[in-house]
Amino acid sequence: MSKTYNHTKATLALAKASFRSITRSPSAVIFTLAFPLIFIVVFGFIGGGGVKLDVAVLPGSDLQNPIIAALEKTGVVRLTKNDTQQNIDKSLEKGAYDAVISIEKNPNGLPAYYTNVKYTSASLTNGNVLKSVLNDVVGKLNTVNQKPTVTEVRATTVTGREYRTIDFILPGQLGFSLLSTGVFGTAFIFFALRQNLVIKRFFATPVRRSSIVLGEAIARIGFALLGALFIIIIGHFAFNFTLINGAVTVINMLVLALIGVVVFMGFGFVVSGLAKSESTIPPISNIITLPQFLLSGTFFSINAFPSWLQPISRALPLTYLNDAMRKVAFEGAGLWDVKQQILIMLVWGVGIYAVAVKTFKWE
Amino acid sequence: MTDRKAIISVQNLVKHYGDFKAVQGLSFDVYENEIFGLLGPNGAGKTTTLEIIETLRSKTSGQVLVNGLNVETDANAIKQIIGVQLQAAGYYPNLNLLELLKLFSGLYGVDVSPIEMLAKVNLQDKAKAKYKELSGGQKQRFSIATTLINSPKIIFLDEPTTGLDPQARRNLWDLITEIRNNGTTVVITTHYMDEAEQLCDRVAFVEAGKIIALDTPDQLIDNLIASGFERKKEVKAANLEDVFINLTGKEWRE
Ligand SMILES: Nc1ncnc2c1ncn2[C@@H]1O[C@H](COP(=O)(O)OP(=O)(O)OP(=O)(O)O)[C@@H](O)[C@H]1O
Ligand SMILES: [Mg+2]
Repeated sequence: MSKTYNHTKATLALAKASFRSITRSPSAVIFTLAFPLIFIVVFGFIGGGGVKLDVAVLPGSDLQNPIIAALEKTGVVRLTKNDTQQNIDKSLEKGAYDAVISIEKNPNGLPAYYTNVKYTSASLTNGNVLKSVLNDVVGKLNTVNQKPTVTEVRATTVTGREYRTIDFILPGQLGFSLLSTGVFGTAFIFFALRQNLVIKRFFATPVRRSSIVLGEAIARIGFALLGALFIIIIGHFAFNFTLINGAVTVINMLVLALIGVVVFMGFGFVVSGLAKSESTIPPISNIITLPQFLLSGTFFSINAFPSWLQPISRALPLTYLNDAMRKVAFEGAGLWDVKQQILIMLVWGVGIYAVAVKTFKWE
Repeated sequence: MTDRKAIISVQNLVKHYGDFKAVQGLSFDVYENEIFGLLGPNGAGKTTTLEIIETLRSKTSGQVLVNGLNVETDANAIKQIIGVQLQAAGYYPNLNLLELLKLFSGLYGVDVSPIEMLAKVNLQDKAKAKYKELSGGQKQRFSIATTLINSPKIIFLDEPTTGLDPQARRNLWDLITEIRNNGTTVVITTHYMDEAEQLCDRVAFVEAGKIIALDTPDQLIDNLIASGFERKKEVKAANLEDVFINLTGKEWRE
């Protein structure tokens, strides 16, 4: 009768049950998969698979030059050559133009042309894309001419890879998906298990508390990572999301996702402990998720925020997850290259779990 | 009777909730393979006592041994040999009955066939149903199924028949008797005297945290009659419940 009790078996039984339960819970599926995918689809189609940059050419600019020709050839830039100065300024303010460009012939020889670009804070993301396009174009032109080029151009030459809206949007949506699964999912399930006395019935079995937490965590992390993989795969095959190093990039992204969801689950544990009733969970969770959703560069680069807001953005864990994801996916960075972002997330993790241990309630 | 082996032994059990004294020095033994009833009004301390024996609550003082194991030091060993039905409990959300039983067999670390467990409580037709879709009686039967998973020596049933119709109640009695006949000791709480009288081998009356009587139902009644008690109303050979059962039949209803 006194056979040895198997804690691993208990943990796995719980993980399996929890995973089943999650896949049947509409809110988990909506937040983890549906919302992110909807945004990805919407932005994927708006972007038409790639960014279109609206650039006005200033009246009086030189038009017959290799730079204009090369920009037109990229297919990314839509040049408007006959707008008035007044109209250009207005549109620029509204973000209808992403930038205005004017090219002057250099009367003194080399470089042959000066390219003046004015970006707009109304469209900083596209501005950044234009910057990389310009650098690419200029870099190519300079090498074609085989002439020594101005050093500053070389220094800022970036990889002229096509940066699509999806490359920005997908990592942000992935971060958001992980955040909601981690916070809402964890908060709701532990609150519900406690409130509905499910935990109490568990306690009448020989299962350890650590097995309950671990089993839940395995299920939730598994679900979040499968969701992330699904989003990445859809993004890649349907919308040409850039995965520079293929499978390696995917694995790196999943490792980041794992770190992210573990940290966010810490918030979930805290919320489940603080919530007095089921209806207080969404507001408390929103206090945690909404600012990150808005301020962590999910939709806009945080560079687009006013400077007083940026320090707040830079304090949030999701900012670093998004940042690391984009670097890994688009720039092909390895995990070691984003160690700073990972470190900040881990610091958040340690902090939040310290709070969770204090606030978490079993009954 | 006195030479029977006690499988549960409770001595001077006291439980305070803050200033409130919910249990005030209870002592009783539960013998192996009997159905032992704790009877008493709301708030008497039945659930408190039961959950202390089940190692789910701490006691203020006293000693409780379950199969020779101390609730304070051997909680985990005790949990492996008991089955527990709580007065109020919920089950993991979004899972059907089979999946819940699979979960519990994992939690108890045993391999049982979930469908066989359901068959024991006559719920095999509801295998794919969710717990919250069950009727009250079905819920109680399912809860009893979860108590049987680890083939326990003792099961604790806290008001299993409250809120059930007369047929469902009698069917549950049959089920409980069958479980006892298969060698399991049963500890049950109830408010219903008829239930205690027909189902329990011995009963303890608990009031305000104290045991005021403990014996077999027969003996308690005989004692009362011996003291010269007489019922005011003439006793009929049947009561209203018998009428109801006679009219509606005795089959499983749900
Ligand atoms: N967690 C608790 N904190 C404070 N008081 C409690 C707690 N649990 C029970 N009590 C009190 O202890 C007394 C006994 O409660 P208990 O639940 O044991 O009664 P019971 O006999 O099971 O009643 P019922 O028949 O209504 O189920 C009650 O007065 C109750 O209010
Ligand atoms: Mg009770």
